[in-house]
Amino acid sequence: MDIPYTVQARPDTGLYNAKVGIWLFLASEVMLFGALFSSYVLLRVGSETWPQGLLNVPLGTINTVVLICSSITVVLAWASLKLKDFGSYKLYQGVTVLLAATFMVIKSFEYRDKLTHYWVRLNDGTEMTGHIEGKPFNWTKATLSKPELGLTEIHFHPDPVPAATGAHADSEAAHGHEGAAAHESLTIPVSEISRLESFGPWRSTYLAIYFTLTGLHALHVVGGALVIGFLWGPGSRMWRSDPERLTNRVEVSGLFWHFVDLVWIFLFPVLYLL
Amino acid sequence: MTGHNGAAAAAHAAHGAGGAAGHDDHHELGFLRKYVFSSDHKVIGVQYGLTALLFLFVGFVLIALMRWQLAYPGEPIPVFGRLLEAILGPEVAFKGIMSPDLYNSFGAMHGTIMVFLAVVPLAFGAFGNYVVPLQIGAPDMAFPRLNMASYWCYFLGGVLMFASFFIPGGAAKSGWTSYSPLATIADLAHHVDGQTFWLLGMVVLITSSLLGSVNFIATIIQLRAPGMGWMRMPFFVWAQLVTAFLLLLAFPPLEAAGLMQLMDNIAGTSFFLPSGLVVSGRPLEVSGGGSPLLWQHLFWFLGHPEVYVLILPAMGIVAEIIANNTRKPLFGYRSMVYASMAIGFLSFIVWAHHMYLTGMGTKISTFFQTTTMMISIPSVIILTSLFISLWGGSIRFNTPMLFALSFLPMFGIGGLTGLPLGFNATDIQLHDTYYVIGHFHYVVAPGTIFALLAGVYFWYPKVTGRRMNEFWGRVHWATSLVFMNLVFLPMFVQGLEGMSRRMYDGGATYAAQEGIHGLALAIKLNVGISHAAWLLGLAQIPFVINFFWSIRHGEKVVGDNPWEATTLDWATPTPPPHGNFASPPVVARGPYEYSFAGRKGDFTPQNQPA
Amino acid sequence: MHEQNAHDVKEATRKYIYVFVALLLGTVITVIASFIHFGNHAVNIGVALFIASCKAFLVAGYFMHLISERKLIYGLLGATGIFFVGLMGLIIFANADQLFTGFR
Repeated sequence: MDIPYTVQARPDTGLYNAKVGIWLFLASEVMLFGALFSSYVLLRVGSETWPQGLLNVPLGTINTVVLICSSITVVLAWASLKLKDFGSYKLYQGVTVLLAATFMVIKSFEYRDKLTHYWVRLNDGTEMTGHIEGKPFNWTKATLSKPELGLTEIHFHPDPVPAATGAHADSEAAHGHEGAAAHESLTIPVSEISRLESFGPWRSTYLAIYFTLTGLHALHVVGGALVIGFLWGPGSRMWRSDPERLTNRVEVSGLFWHFVDLVWIFLFPVLYLL
Repeated sequence: MTGHNGAAAAAHAAHGAGGAAGHDDHHELGFLRKYVFSSDHKVIGVQYGLTALLFLFVGFVLIALMRWQLAYPGEPIPVFGRLLEAILGPEVAFKGIMSPDLYNSFGAMHGTIMVFLAVVPLAFGAFGNYVVPLQIGAPDMAFPRLNMASYWCYFLGGVLMFASFFIPGGAAKSGWTSYSPLATIADLAHHVDGQTFWLLGMVVLITSSLLGSVNFIATIIQLRAPGMGWMRMPFFVWAQLVTAFLLLLAFPPLEAAGLMQLMDNIAGTSFFLPSGLVVSGRPLEVSGGGSPLLWQHLFWFLGHPEVYVLILPAMGIVAEIIANNTRKPLFGYRSMVYASMAIGFLSFIVWAHHMYLTGMGTKISTFFQTTTMMISIPSVIILTSLFISLWGGSIRFNTPMLFALSFLPMFGIGGLTGLPLGFNATDIQLHDTYYVIGHFHYVVAPGTIFALLAGVYFWYPKVTGRRMNEFWGRVHWATSLVFMNLVFLPMFVQGLEGMSRRMYDGGATYAAQEGIHGLALAIKLNVGISHAAWLLGLAQIPFVINFFWSIRHGEKVVGDNPWEATTLDWATPTPPPHGNFASPPVVARGPYEYSFAGRKGDFTPQNQPA
Repeated sequence: MHEQNAHDVKEATRKYIYVFVALLLGTVITVIASFIHFGNHAVNIGVALFIASCKAFLVAGYFMHLISERKLIYGLLGATGIFFVGLMGLIIFANADQLFTGFR
């Protein structure tokens, strides 16, 4: 038994099955990310403060460029198959997978940055943001009191206090921290700390939506890279048995990849720049 | 071809006669690939059906136990109470008395299981999977392996939901709607609680229905047999197509909301938690600034189309059975098709009528009130067309037809009682009372479930090659119809008296308070409703026995088309082999050519050449 | 993009390169624009979203071949677009009373 129109297009729709399937899937993805964007808008409009410039714009820009590059390699890989140039296909698609990996590595550095950046509240009500000496990862108040760490005090490097108040002033706070770490350090006894948390999703609504949106997007990058990687590696054997079908598969996986790129095109300004 | 016996295959798989028939290229498939990890749409349909029927039973058991607590608050449940204590522990069912937490868990899970694990999988997963490819003349679904993945995702979701009863803290207990912030703070003692399982289960179930809907739409668009034009598709296929679109586009926002609530539960975010929350007298240590209403919007953006996901396939089944058993074409087939599309479109913009009491502005309330009234028009068009289809027919009153016929007034009651809920002003009184429960159960229980049972009796001969027993089928129908109404009709009275839908003791505490009048009748009705509900359960025993007994002992059908139907599903061998059709069908006519003047016989199959 | 011959594909490839360059330019412009103060932050948001939409159009139109796709796909995406706008618009409208106007 063969399913019709897996390779050739059905005459009245002009499409093969997988292409209908992927567009339907992408339509549902539009609603998925659309709902998250709607939530973003609603939460932001309803919030009292919205942090700006908390993220590393150069890294975000590099990642944008990485994804755009991967989009062009995907489309060129597909064009290579159309031109029956299997060697170029392998080359382009290999680059795509590498670019996806690069994206993930940069992303993980960004996450690490957030999770080693702290907010602390002392018993007297003072609140500070900054870094703990040794850049520990995602500590909380509970971590401090763990007996095996044997901590009695922490060395804290506060972020420089912005000179002027205003929308753009607090944006410097996050970027300047590398320099600030060098010249000022506070020693805070553990007993003085009433609450400690890193800049994870729990810290604010902004970070919550940042981690959720980029996390979901990263899952899509990983998923897309796995499929493209499969079609680059073991899946590419189909070139000998059924080249047209492989070309279709590459086109369909490419459509998904471009969608992932497209989501990032909106995520970047919305989360990093605005 | 005994080995392909749909229902028989999955239920009695142990003695399936395997590749005895040796149908061309797949006789090498082992037992596992053939009946468990099968990619054949018929096997998957049967798997969906059996699993969904099982969950229908689980969902019923939950409510049967809850009904004891409502009828006799605080008294130990006889027999089953001790069982609950033994299984779930004395902290939730001490001496067989249902605790408030357990009541809440059962309430939330009854709704969740019935909607997401029983009725939708039965209507869409089972009937859709089995019948749609047959009716459009396709050899299988467009993506068979995706189809298998869809079933196994559903199965995993079901396991997660079911397992949540046995984790510390018990299953989710914030209603099937899981409103925030209650859903997040309901069980602060456990980091991974029933709600977490609920959310994970939902994400998996949404993935399942996403895979399913992509597959259905692609199949219907791409795999229609030659000659099967859009307006030659049986109404059932149209209903499934619209349903698939609803699932495709309405579920993702709930998935997004589910992920956000999962973040709230696990990662301590505040998507749906407002600032200044105080729990048990202590301020909650969260960043705050979230919007509880956002959850409601995203939930009901799915929740309302979901209502039509429940009802459209049922309408499709009923339409097929009515056309077949009145022996005449459906009245207004085209208007029914357009009406189902209109329902599909409008169902996306009515959701906030579930939220009139949240303090939305009057303008937006008016908008949703208007769209809600508008959506009743296409629903009435379909129902009226079905009623008029009966006129002048020589009706065959067999079991499927009896169920299909009783669907019409039952759904009618359910639909019409929805109108007062759709009006902003009347909803203020009725919101969250038993009136609402009565309303939507009339739509889903004697409505959709009757249609699904009709479908079981109707397609059973195609799946197994045998009929279910007609006498016991009628007993099943008559008793079910009586008890369904005895359960749900009094709920309207309770609701009008003001009885809240979520009360653990059925309102006894309220009624006992001084200065509160009314509710006295409502409390009394609780006892009657509960007894009717248990009898309704007993009324299903003939069905269950009939269902399994007939697999091996039912009357064998003669020929492939026992109901003398016109659609392509009856043009296949019985039961249909892998690949479905003996030779690829070519469609030459519309779906319901019954009793055409001047034709030999009173029906002309769709694939009979012109 | 259906049934291309080799020449068409080569032609298309050149187009892809132009689109690629335009996307890179768009990225640079967005970043630069975000450091310019247009007076009102709403203008900044408008500019950024406008550039993003242009980039999205390029990706969807050329990389995903949407400018020469079948009617069926247009219909599907059109319906999705309507529902998305409904979802976002109605939610915001429903909360309009509680919300402040505009972004901070």
